[in-house]
Amino acid sequence: MAEVLPREVLICTIARLLDGVRHVAVGASSPIPAAGAMLLRAMKEAGGAVGPRISILGSVEHNFFTNGSAELFDCAGQGRIDAFFLGGGQIDGFGNVNLVGAGDYPRSSVRWPGSFGSAYLYFVVPRVILFREEHTPRVFVEKVDFISAPGISSEGVFRSGGPVALLTGKGLFRFDKTRPGFDLESVHPGHNLAEIKQATGFRFAHDVEPRQTALPDRSTLDLLRGRVFDELAETYPEFAAQMRRDLVAVDA
Amino acid sequence: MAKHIEPGMRVALPVDYAGVSMAMTRPMIEHGAGDLDLVCVPTGGLQVDQLVGAGLVRTVETSAVSLGEAGGAPRFNAAVREGAVRPKDATCPAIHAGLMAAQKGSPFMPLRGLIGTDLLRHRDDWRVIDNPLADGGDPIVLIPAIKPDVTIFHVPMADRFGNVWIGRRRELAAMAYASRTVLVTVERIVEENLLADEMSAAGVLPALYVTAVARAPKGAWPYGLWGEYPADSAEIARYAKAARTADGFSAYMAQAQTEPA
Repeated sequence: MAEVLPREVLICTIARLLDGVRHVAVGASSPIPAAGAMLLRAMKEAGGAVGPRISILGSVEHNFFTNGSAELFDCAGQGRIDAFFLGGGQIDGFGNVNLVGAGDYPRSSVRWPGSFGSAYLYFVVPRVILFREEHTPRVFVEKVDFISAPGISSEGVFRSGGPVALLTGKGLFRFDKTRPGFDLESVHPGHNLAEIKQATGFRFAHDVEPRQTALPDRSTLDLLRGRVFDELAETYPEFAAQMRRDLVAVDA
Repeated sequence: MAKHIEPGMRVALPVDYAGVSMAMTRPMIEHGAGDLDLVCVPTGGLQVDQLVGAGLVRTVETSAVSLGEAGGAPRFNAAVREGAVRPKDATCPAIHAGLMAAQKGSPFMPLRGLIGTDLLRHRDDWRVIDNPLADGGDPIVLIPAIKPDVTIFHVPMADRFGNVWIGRRRELAAMAYASRTVLVTVERIVEENLLADEMSAAGVLPALYVTAVARAPKGAWPYGLWGEYPADSAEIARYAKAARTADGFSAYMAQAQTEPA
């Protein structure tokens, strides 16, 4: 069996985090979350069950909407979207997300594209997964410079959604909204706790010896490398081709 | 058509995949009406960056501005850093809510979310009230109606009666309902009345809301147009590279074609 690639670990972890959702929405340039959602659908269907509905923003094939770009948000407001992914130029230990820029607003020293739908979806989608491959102190900061979307809300503020997990290139965290803060759940193969502490600008809870992130079994990997990469290639041709080149490289 | 645009107007422009009238960008720059307040529905890209680069823009209300896979919007980002353009950062459903309020002739639309964000903190035009239909303690944000002076977009076709085919891109209708003037460029103008057939009628913006239509083949280029042609990502990347500096931007705008060779 070929070695499992780091990005395959991420995709399989996302499929696990999405288990049970009926409808998941994925951003336009998010091939790894999309692959995780597609893998979950493939696994469910292989087991004779019904897989989740997947909406990929900006895609023609994976778009169920006929009411323009407002419909996704209306759909989320109606409680019809169970899971969504958010990245962020900065993410802090309270689950706050900054998609606007670093430094003093508005004349930020670094300007990112903007908040998109985060200031709404973070409040109304029950299972928001924070996903950022780059795990460095410049991304995972003690306090974000601008709150595009807050991790938690004061009592009395309507909130049916929020963050449940943070997945990075080094590990998986769960969000505990009662503290609030992140708990390190597992460390990906090839990484360790000391390294994660050094790369994270906020404090987080963890076991003395955190476990390793679960690796996919043979049948899951077969589904991923077959059907899922085929499906993924329709929307993210470059990413799917790169994954397949990487697999050939580790096999050789 | 650019003559409809006057200095200081509020101009609504669609998201990159909904049908951007790139064909109107150069005529707008040549026309030169400045101090524009742009409204991106709900995000902006190449057209916004070029209008900002040409010095025509005062504020940009938007949920994001980027060139997609080609990276950040270079002239917009530089103008924000220099303080030449004021961003009015929003979130996608807030822009839609503002247009929806205008569509209904209502002063505002309430919207969930937003409370506790720095977006809300920096928007003095957004208000928080207690939901008057609850027993108290349910704060909710009010988004004022967004009433653009002009809306500009590009779609595959119009008929000779001025009806415009928008398919499932219903945000184009929302923009038109909310705007005083609506300028549309199209790939082609067809003979038959688009409202005569039930199958096409549901995807039509009636002439009632349309000020002017002009034919502009490949009018979204280098963006793509739904059902017609894909985006020219190499050209967008070429722009992104050129526009890193003001000089590079000027050189690009001086020599680039308005249509692909």
